[in-house]
Amino acid sequence: MIQTPESEKDMSTPAQPSSLASVASAKPQRTQASTAQGTGLEARGIHAWFGKNHVLSDVNLEFSAGSVTALIGPSGCGKSTFIRTINRMHEFIPGAAMAGQVLLDGKDVYAPGVDVTKIRLQIGMVFQKPNPFPSMTIGENVLSGLKLAQLKVENKDELLESCLVRAGLWNEVKDRLNTHGGSLSGGQQQRLCIARALAVSPQVLLMDEPCSALDPGSTLRIEETIRELSDSMTIVIVTHNMQQAARVSDYTAFFLSDGGPGEMIEVARTSEIFSQPKDQRTENYVTGRFG
Amino acid sequence: MTTTIAPTKPWAKSPRDRVRDFSFILISILFSFLAVEVTPLKGKLAYAFTFFLSYAVITGISAFISRGAPAAKDAMIKTVVALGAALTVLPIASIIFTVLKNGLPGIHLSLFTTDMSMATPTDPIATGGLLHAITGTITMVILALIMSVPIGILTALYLTEIKGKFAGPIRFLVQAMSGVPSIVAGLFILSAVLYPITKAYSGFMGSLALTILMIPTIARTSEEVLLLIPNDLREAGTALGGTQWRTVAMIVLPAARSGLMTAVILGIARIAGETAPILLLTGGGDKVNPNAFNGPIGSLPYYIWKSFNAGSPEALTRAWAGLLVLMLLVLILFVAARALSSRKVSK
Repeated sequence: MIQTPESEKDMSTPAQPSSLASVASAKPQRTQASTAQGTGLEARGIHAWFGKNHVLSDVNLEFSAGSVTALIGPSGCGKSTFIRTINRMHEFIPGAAMAGQVLLDGKDVYAPGVDVTKIRLQIGMVFQKPNPFPSMTIGENVLSGLKLAQLKVENKDELLESCLVRAGLWNEVKDRLNTHGGSLSGGQQQRLCIARALAVSPQVLLMDEPCSALDPGSTLRIEETIRELSDSMTIVIVTHNMQQAARVSDYTAFFLSDGGPGEMIEVARTSEIFSQPKDQRTENYVTGRFG
Repeated sequence: MTTTIAPTKPWAKSPRDRVRDFSFILISILFSFLAVEVTPLKGKLAYAFTFFLSYAVITGISAFISRGAPAAKDAMIKTVVALGAALTVLPIASIIFTVLKNGLPGIHLSLFTTDMSMATPTDPIATGGLLHAITGTITMVILALIMSVPIGILTALYLTEIKGKFAGPIRFLVQAMSGVPSIVAGLFILSAVLYPITKAYSGFMGSLALTILMIPTIARTSEEVLLLIPNDLREAGTALGGTQWRTVAMIVLPAARSGLMTAVILGIARIAGETAPILLLTGGGDKVNPNAFNGPIGSLPYYIWKSFNAGSPEALTRAWAGLLVLMLLVLILFVAARALSSRKVSK
């Protein structure tokens, strides 16, 4: 079902709708970094440890500005650990250690003297489980990043609306911005968390399985949001859902752990990963032969 | 044409079951009376004991006949568990009953508007009041709150948020401190502050000792509450560019607000009736003393102790009335704590 080179070459021929390769190649190839800010993000030789346990080995990945990169692979292969090294959330876990460099606009985020809170402002994050702040209303949640980082904005209402619009939540909550976030559905809560991450205008948005706790409808809404956001920021998304990787990402990186530390096996355009992967292990994974 | 279906509860007890259960209770009661008549067992406890015993046996036999040995065991264990619950409630109910019986005659409206400065122990109940004791207790509790709430919550934050090197020993010390007898706290303040420095009784001395007793309660309860706050929230705050302090102040503490409130109220309930340090440090006094830093100050426990010592029938009634007021105060605080803590942590 992966051998459909025709659909690769000839975009006009409708391929089998179920094929991941066709899903991946069906979306328009986007021009690079047209409106994106910054020059992108690069991870060089990232290793990670928890205590003595070496969980991630020598990951080199470049994320060009304005692209969506999906990280796929079986559980426990270090995908989440990897994206947590990018915005320095990795160091929160007791016993964590790392090696390598993460370059944001050419500057290492781990360099001495770097203000880690500023890094996290530039590299936002959306978590697996929706986690709106329970003590705050919907509106306060969206703007909480400004208060946390003590930033000033001229027009809070405008920012609030634009963030919620971009996260695809505005129409659903515009009449109840003063109610608590806990009253929203799981999918709405996750979009609220996306809006919250957008309010501090990050260059990069990391998403750690943002849809794994959501129903298909909510997932679809968030995927639309991701496509729209990718015009203005670099997005890295960890997902267990290969259909999702095929639908939303420009590039896909495949991670795997064969009992030892997790490694990045292959990275390529998403259409290539799902149609003609270079590595046998990638092919086995994307065709569902294991994992 | 839609037929409406009436909701039923096929698992509910039938009237026949109810009659049978009720008859078991009746038989057990009869049996307990019989047992007390026939055997040398005497008193209320004997009735209760034989009632439970016969109820366990009767339900056990009935369950054995209808459903076999495992059901019989189940029925008997149910009775034993109920007996345990009854044994817990018995002393509490008995205390409340005694205090109500002895205290109610001493309750009158002017209790809350006058003090004992113009009354002697043998005056009629209607003269004098508790105002000095109530205000004294409240003054000392508020002072103790002002000192112990920040210290207690900061300790809890150190244990849960900073998780510093000394978290282990500090947690151990706080737990050990919650077992410190109150007289030790009183003697400590007496020898460390009152004798060498102030050399005079005052409400402040009392509240210092109460603070020592209150800190462990607030710190431990707050720690438990803070541990319930999901780590996701801390991570989300940090990922939005908040420093640790701002994340704690803006997200963790507000999320834990009602739980922290409970911790404070439990702390108050812990110290409101504390007597030993009060006797050592406050000097009592029968007049309302609004200044906690100067001169002896009355309080409910002190008033109760003093009235019992006075010994006249009127004084004894006053003591019981004071006890009743004190218990009501603690009860109100516990109800408030329950109401606050039963609300969802997230709201």
